[in-house]
Amino acid sequence: MLTLSHVSTRYGSIQALTDVSLEVEKGSVATLIGANGAGKSTALRSIMGLCQPHAGEILFEGRKLNKIPTHRIAAMGIALVPEGRAVFANLTVLENLELGGYLQRDGKRLRLDIDHVYEVFPRLKERMAQMAGTLSGGEQQMLAIGRALMAHPRLLLLDEPSLGLAPLMVHAIFDAVDRINREGATVLLVEQNANLALKRSRKAYVLETGRIIMQGDSADLAKDPRVQEAYLGE
Amino acid sequence: MKRIFFVLSTLSLLGLLQWGVTTLLLDGPIRQGPYYYQILILAGINIVLAVSLNLTNGIAGQFSIGHAGFFAVGAYMAASVSYYAGPAIRGLVGFLPLAGQDAAVLLLALAAAALATALAGLLVGIPSLRLRGDYLAIVTLGFGEIIRVLILNIDAVGGARGFSGIPKLSNFFWVYLLVAAVIATVGNLLRSSYGRAFIAIRENEIAAQAMGIDVTRHKVLAFVISSMFAGMAGCLFGHYTMYLHTNSFTFVKSFEIIIMIAIGGLGSIEGAVLGAVLLTVLPEAFRGFESYRMIIYSLALILIMIYRPQGILGQASVLKRLGARMAARRSAQGNVPVTAPAADGGNGG
Ligand SMILES: Nc1ncnc2c1ncn2[C@@H]1O[C@H](COP(=O)(O)OP(=O)(O)OP(=O)(O)O)[C@@H](O)[C@H]1O
Ligand SMILES: [Mg+2]
Repeated sequence: MLTLSHVSTRYGSIQALTDVSLEVEKGSVATLIGANGAGKSTALRSIMGLCQPHAGEILFEGRKLNKIPTHRIAAMGIALVPEGRAVFANLTVLENLELGGYLQRDGKRLRLDIDHVYEVFPRLKERMAQMAGTLSGGEQQMLAIGRALMAHPRLLLLDEPSLGLAPLMVHAIFDAVDRINREGATVLLVEQNANLALKRSRKAYVLETGRIIMQGDSADLAKDPRVQEAYLGE
Repeated sequence: MKRIFFVLSTLSLLGLLQWGVTTLLLDGPIRQGPYYYQILILAGINIVLAVSLNLTNGIAGQFSIGHAGFFAVGAYMAASVSYYAGPAIRGLVGFLPLAGQDAAVLLLALAAAALATALAGLLVGIPSLRLRGDYLAIVTLGFGEIIRVLILNIDAVGGARGFSGIPKLSNFFWVYLLVAAVIATVGNLLRSSYGRAFIAIRENEIAAQAMGIDVTRHKVLAFVISSMFAGMAGCLFGHYTMYLHTNSFTFVKSFEIIIMIAIGGLGSIEGAVLGAVLLTVLPEAFRGFESYRMIIYSLALILIMIYRPQGILGQASVLKRLGARMAARRSAQGNVPVTAPAADGGNGG
C-alpha cells in the first residue's frame, strides 16, 4: 500500500534520511523504531509532503507522492497524527473533530463520523465542550487520533503516540489503534518505545541516523539480541 | 429571496439614516453638526479597515502590518479614476440625473480601487504567504513604505503636494454600505468552511495542511479580500476628504488599525468594530493630547496585552457563534451532557 524506495531527505545541509526503503502492507500495522534524532518524524513528514525528499520515490496505492502538496496527500487518504499531538488548543474538543472532518461536506456524515470517534474514545465525548489545550496529555493524544480518524484515512501515520504518557493511558491508546486497524485502516507507527511497538505491529524497521539498519517481522526483531541491547534495554 | 430582502432592507435603512444624519448634522439645528458627521464618516472608514485587517491578522492568523499601503493604493487609484475619467463617465451616463451620474463615477472608482488592491494583495501575498513565519509582516511593512514613496513621486496624483480636486462623491450612505458589506462578507466567510479553514490555519498550520486544507490558497484568499476592502475604504475616504496626502498613509496608520483590532479582540468582528469606534472617537475627545497619541496607543496596547490579552471582546464572539451552531447540532443528536470548560479545569495537564 505504501512503498518508500531509496528515499533521502535533508534539511539544508543536515542529512536526515539516507536511502530509506520500506513497505507497509495493506491492512497491517508496521512500525518504525529508533532513537532520538534517528529520522523517524522526518520519514513521516516526507510521506505527508511536509518536507520533500531529494532522492527516491514514495508510492501510495501505486501513486507517486513526491512533490504533491500536503493537502492533496491528505485528500488521497493519508492522515498524520503529528509528534506532540498538535491539537487546536484554543478550540473545543468538538471543534477539533469538526475541523478534522474538513473535507467532509455532508453535515449528516460529519455527525456520524464524530459519533464514531466518540465510540472509539468515550472520554472525548465526556469532554466535547472542553478546550483542547486543557485536556490531559493522554486525552490530547486521543483527540489528535480522533481528529485524524475524521478524514477516514486508509493509511494512518502515528508519530510517537506513547510520548510522555503513563502506561495505562498508553495501553488505552494502543487498544484504540488496534481497533482502528481492525476497522480497516493501515497503520504506520513511529515509536521510541520499541518494546510496545514491536508487540503491536506485524513488520518493523529500525532506523539509526537516517538509515534502515534492520527490518523484519516484529516478533523476530523483538528476539534479536542487537535490538534487545540497543532498544529494549535488556 | 431572504438575502434579497435583507439587502433591500439594509439599503433602505441606510437611505433613511443618510437622510436623518444629513438633516440633523449637516443642515440641521445641532451646533458643530458637520464635525460630528465627519467623525461618523471616519469611524465608518476605520471600521472597514479594522474588520478587514482582522480577517488576515485575527481570523487567519497572518500578521500583516501594511494595511495603510492598501488603503493608499485604493484611495489614489479611485481618486485618479474620478479625477481623470470622471467627466467621460458622466458623458456616457448623461441620461441619468446628477445623483445617478455621481453614483456611476463612484462605483467605477470603487471597482477600480477593489481591482487594484486585489491585484496588489495577490502580488504581495503569494510570494510571502507561501513561506512560513513572519515574512508577511516584513513584506507588508516594506510594501506600505514603498507605495508611499512611489506615490510621492508620481506627479499625476499630486506627488508631495497632495492630490486635490477629488470630487466629493462619498457620504454616510456609501461608507456605511461598505461597513455592512465588510461585516456581512467576513461574517459569512467565518461561518462557511472557509472560516473553519482560516481558524485551523491560525491554530496550527501543519495540522491544518495534514487534514486537507490548502493553506497557501486560504491565506492568500484572506489577504486579498482584506486588501480589497482596505482599498475600497480608501476610495470612500478620498472622495469624502476631496484631498489625499501620503501623510495619511504612513506606518502610523497601519499601526493604528492593528491597535484597533488588538484592543477590540483579535478574531472578533464586534471587537474590531468597537476598537475602530474607540480609536476614532477617543482621540477627538482628547484633542489636546494629540502629540502624545502614539505614546498613549502604545501604553494602551501594553496594558491590554497584560490584563486582557484576548482584547476587550476577545474571541468570545467567534467561539460563541461556532458554539451555537454546534449546540444546535448536539440537540439534534439527542441530549448529551455538556461540561463547562471551567468544571474540568482541574484535570488539565
Ligand atoms: N526542521 C529541521 N531543520 C533542521 N534539522 C532538522 C529539522 N527537523 C529535524 N531535523 C534534524 O533531522 C534529524 C532527524 O530528526 P527527526 O525529527 O526526524 O528525528 P526523530 O527520529 O523523529 O527523533 P525524536 O524521537 O526525537 O522525535 C535530527 O538530527 C534533527 O536535528
Ligand atoms: Mg520525532
